Amino acid sequence: MLLTWYLLVAVMLTGYVVFDGFDLGVGVLHLFIARTEEERQTLIRTIGPVWDGNEVWLLAGGGTLYFAFPLLYASGFSGFYLPLTMVLWLLIFRGIGVELRMHLDSPVWRSLFNLAFGGASFLLTIFYGAALGNVLRGVPLEHDGFFFLPLWTNWNVGPQPGILDWYTVIAGLVAVVALSLHGANYAALKTSGVLNLRARRVAAVLWPMLVLATGASLATTLLIRPGLLDNYRRIPALYAIPALVAVSLGAMWKFGRSGNEKGAFLASCSYLVWMLVGAAAAVYPNLLLSTTDPALNITVYNAHSGDYALSVGLIWWSFGMLLAVGYFVFVYRMFRGKIREEAGGHGY
Amino acid sequence: MNDALLLHRIHFAFTVTFHYLFPQLTMGLALLIVILKSLYLRTNNPLYNRSARFWARIFGINFVFGVVTGIPMEFQFGTNWAEFSRLTGGVIGQPLVMEGVFSFFLESAFLGLFLYGERRLGRIGHWWAAFAVFAGSWLSGFFIIVTDAWMQHPVAFLRAPGGMFQVTSFWGLLLNPWAQIQYAHNMCGAVITGVFVMAAVGAYYLLEGKFLEDGRAFLRVAVIVGAIACAVQIFPTGDIHGRYMALHQPATTAAMEGLFKTETGAPVVIIGQPDAESERISNPLMATGVLSFLIYGHTTAQVKGLNAFPKDDWPTNIPLLFYSYHIMAGLGTIFVAVMAAAAYLLWRGRLYSSRWMLMILLISLPFPYIANTAGWMTAENGRQPWLVYGLMRTTEGYSTHVNAGNGLFTLLGFMGLYALLAILFLFLVHRVIAQGPADEPAAEISSGKPVTVA
Repeated sequence: MLLTWYLLVAVMLTGYVVFDGFDLGVGVLHLFIARTEEERQTLIRTIGPVWDGNEVWLLAGGGTLYFAFPLLYASGFSGFYLPLTMVLWLLIFRGIGVELRMHLDSPVWRSLFNLAFGGASFLLTIFYGAALGNVLRGVPLEHDGFFFLPLWTNWNVGPQPGILDWYTVIAGLVAVVALSLHGANYAALKTSGVLNLRARRVAAVLWPMLVLATGASLATTLLIRPGLLDNYRRIPALYAIPALVAVSLGAMWKFGRSGNEKGAFLASCSYLVWMLVGAAAAVYPNLLLSTTDPALNITVYNAHSGDYALSVGLIWWSFGMLLAVGYFVFVYRMFRGKIREEAGGHGY
Repeated sequence: MNDALLLHRIHFAFTVTFHYLFPQLTMGLALLIVILKSLYLRTNNPLYNRSARFWARIFGINFVFGVVTGIPMEFQFGTNWAEFSRLTGGVIGQPLVMEGVFSFFLESAFLGLFLYGERRLGRIGHWWAAFAVFAGSWLSGFFIIVTDAWMQHPVAFLRAPGGMFQVTSFWGLLLNPWAQIQYAHNMCGAVITGVFVMAAVGAYYLLEGKFLEDGRAFLRVAVIVGAIACAVQIFPTGDIHGRYMALHQPATTAAMEGLFKTETGAPVVIIGQPDAESERISNPLMATGVLSFLIYGHTTAQVKGLNAFPKDDWPTNIPLLFYSYHIMAGLGTIFVAVMAAAAYLLWRGRLYSSRWMLMILLISLPFPYIANTAGWMTAENGRQPWLVYGLMRTTEGYSTHVNAGNGLFTLLGFMGLYALLAILFLFLVHRVIAQGPADEPAAEISSGKPVTVA
């Protein structure tokens, strides 16, 4: 039961990264690959009808975490108080940037909103990467199960680290590369003409960087937290996960070269999924590691809520998510195909 | 009260008050838009479809502001109220996830289709998209009310060793009687905001002498729906809510009414200033026996005053609670009068030419927002000093590891950001109202404009 809910939380957060990940990637890239107002509009139209639904994965994921593991939600959210609040501000800027930019036909107005949209998307990817880095590295949990992290201390991975240290900065950069590439693959899939060309070119440039970044993140993670391999040693079948990450990377390269945009995008989704699954498999049954004393770790066993809630929850949660997946299939079907650049394009 | 606790309280109060300015219009307009779309289907009169389209544009802008200010609410339980979250996640985590899973996915999926899919979906399909958005937003309101109602009137739970609350009945939590009456009262309040906004825009068009046909349609629908909603807001929903509160939160009722001492034939204070130090009302204007009548049905019944309860259990800010309640109830009464007068004029066929009535409807615009805010302040200040009524105090729930300096940092950040949002919102909505209703569907297939959720 606890493992199930652990997996469900992981599914929700992975869903968020895969779906909103390309929104963020497009947000970062639009500053670079769109040169004219028409191009920018076309690019933003690729995420226009879906970004809001994609963001719901974060809300539903946060809620699921709250419901299933209240201690983790309480400790993590209050301990990461400053960066989380900044994420909220950035989500506001991103949402406003996407939605309100076309309400006025003024270059100044639009430039400001482009900057809000692009800048917020960029910073969000860094924050998300650093957040994952913090979870893998651990935090100085106290005896009451809580902690409070400053934004930075001495930038070292010690018992009293900050949100940002050299390791989490690397994690943030990995996320920037991974999500920008994800966004480029999505943009290539949804556009044609010059935008499509530029998106594919960006993807080709980012791909080797992602391979390097993936290797660096793996190496540094094992350097600071060798214990994360314990689950893999116990269950060798788990080594299939990093293998799938490598396969996804390879597929992305192959499809990118052969111009199979759908394949490249799906490979990109699969890369993100297996990276996150790999991390989730390494951390379990811990939810938040302590940098000072492993006995203080927050685990699924000491953080979960009541048995009744969790067992009944499985029923309504599955039902609700089934509906949600149905809406997603419906919306993405309505919205399938490429956005045409000229006025009168289809889309809805 | 220490600095950190005070800041965390202001933090939540400020962000939630600002946030709720938007959903009340979202939920109110969602119903009105479904009504307009239904009128269009029934009468085939394109006027109603044009009206629905105009309000959908305002709805879209309003929705975006509701979404971006709503996300911080769900996260603030954890960031600023960590101890509360740790202890109650096993109960109120449930309605909060259900909101995400059952309503946000629904709303977000159909909003884009509703706003930009009119041609593609066809008449019937578009009605269903409007209905899905309505259902999603009203469902979302329900889950939030269930959450708040559990804090007001905890049901269907047990306390595990260590003090954690755990839900013991899925339906018991969702069907909390407090939630049902609070939901009815709150949604009616949202409809009132919707109708006053619609009526004010209609009145503005008529007074300005433009978009006359549309202005009349807005007025017609808003006044008819508004007269019903304003009446239902007082009776039965407000009445039942008040009596339920007197039964389960008697100290709150006493403080709301400014009743410091237990009395038989207790009065209703219409206006006055509570003096919490000397425990009396200054300059009272009151009606004897009315409070007893409202709660118990006869004018000589005994109503418990604050002196019947230990001072530790008194609401922490009695004057604010007293004023919030009186502003809500006073405005609610005025709304009935305004809408009744407007409905009468509409019936007599004189509403559209009655400049003074149109003027009143126009300047009424901000008051439902004030009434809704005051209503929520009554509920939440009235719950004090408890987070979970009778079981967990507010002083026990905040994030003790987040100090006052950090709390103030983010509070100021939110204040600055929300000031910016408020300006943007007024500016954008003003533009839509100035442009007026349009015959063509917005930015759809042929316009070449970027199509986004709003």
